[in-house]
Amino acid sequence: MPNLKDLKNRISSVKSTQKITSAMKMVAAAKLRRAQEGAEAARPYAERMERMLNSVASSMVGVDGAPPMLAGTGKQDTHLLVVCTADRGLCGGFNGTITRQTRKLAHELKAQGKTVKLLFVGRKAHDVLKREFADSIVDAVTGIGRRGVEFTEAMGVADKIITMFEAGEFDVCTIVFNRFQSAMTQIVTEQQLIPFSVAESEDVEAASGAQPVYIYEPDEDEIIAELLPRNMGVQVFQALLESSASEHGARMTAMDSATRNAGDMIDSLTLTYNRTRQAFITKELIEIISGAEAL
Amino acid sequence: MAETVEFELVSPQKLLKSEAVEMVVVPGGDGDIGVLPGHSLLISTLRPGVIDIHEGGKVRESIFVGGGFLEISPERCTVLTEESTPVGDIDKAAADARLSAANDALASADDATRVAAEASVKVAEAMVAAASRAS
Repeated sequence: MPNLKDLKNRISSVKSTQKITSAMKMVAAAKLRRAQEGAEAARPYAERMERMLNSVASSMVGVDGAPPMLAGTGKQDTHLLVVCTADRGLCGGFNGTITRQTRKLAHELKAQGKTVKLLFVGRKAHDVLKREFADSIVDAVTGIGRRGVEFTEAMGVADKIITMFEAGEFDVCTIVFNRFQSAMTQIVTEQQLIPFSVAESEDVEAASGAQPVYIYEPDEDEIIAELLPRNMGVQVFQALLESSASEHGARMTAMDSATRNAGDMIDSLTLTYNRTRQAFITKELIEIISGAEAL
Repeated sequence: MAETVEFELVSPQKLLKSEAVEMVVVPGGDGDIGVLPGHSLLISTLRPGVIDIHEGGKVRESIFVGGGFLEISPERCTVLTEESTPVGDIDKAAADARLSAANDALASADDATRVAAEASVKVAEAMVAAASRAS
């Protein structure tokens, strides 16, 4: 028979847990809204950047001496995976799915005889994978997006990637992140950053008749040399924004169900508590009555 | 009403400005470019400097930009930039401080950081120039 005092303690502890989870849910909801607005507002820049890059790049495709960031190094031996997770937990499957996907991807690439390098953005995946892939990890960046993702932070990560690429440390770069669909669902997405994949220009041409001819100032080479690193920053920025919106969405959902579970638990504990109390009173009454009868 | 061209100023964070203007002068990589309606297709880099929006033969608005890209089509002028401030809002003292900090950084820069340091000096110089023009 459970002790009344224990039950009472248990109920009050579940109640305070519920308070915490519902507060976290509220915070996550507010942050989610902000992150979504941020992602929305960042879209025009990315769209225009992509349009520009596509028109410059399509004029360079197949030309000798195209920058390696566009055309690739001609090899596919070393892969760099950029893995975006959160710095904090308590957000359902958010970190777990990314970690699992990364592990799968890394093993597949290794099975094909390729070298895998890992760059972590956010602490969680690093914590989980650092033992398994200890010698593949190049770096881990943490503390991003604590107060909303800043473009400069994304640019910092992009610079790191570019510096490594120029030093010839990898051939192909892929970023793994959660694409935000709704607060309930996040889609694990792999996106290739280097070599940059030019949008199928056939589609564009088919839609608009002929590709418009632009004048380039100073010239294509110089523009693309400036555009590519910037575009990298934009791509990383977009990924981080999506990832941060997903994180808050996932946390909101997780905390919502945690709050609901705590509510169910309180109900059932209260029921047990009342029953036990009732049984206790009944027992005492029986004792008193039988005592009186014995006299 | 004269013909207008759609001017857009976009930062990575958001679309800052989107409006119809009569003429806009932007600091292109190879020199200032005046954009009127019907300009030919052009893509250019942007050097740090000041964008002037003209209306009725006068400058209506001046915006400082710290470099970026520029796309012009006959009906649109799109500026992509990471940094922009209306010229009137530039704090001269802050701009001066930034210039001297950038110069210090350049003085102590090694080969790896020199290019970035030179770029930030240029941005700071343009900002100081823009600030002194406004006052």
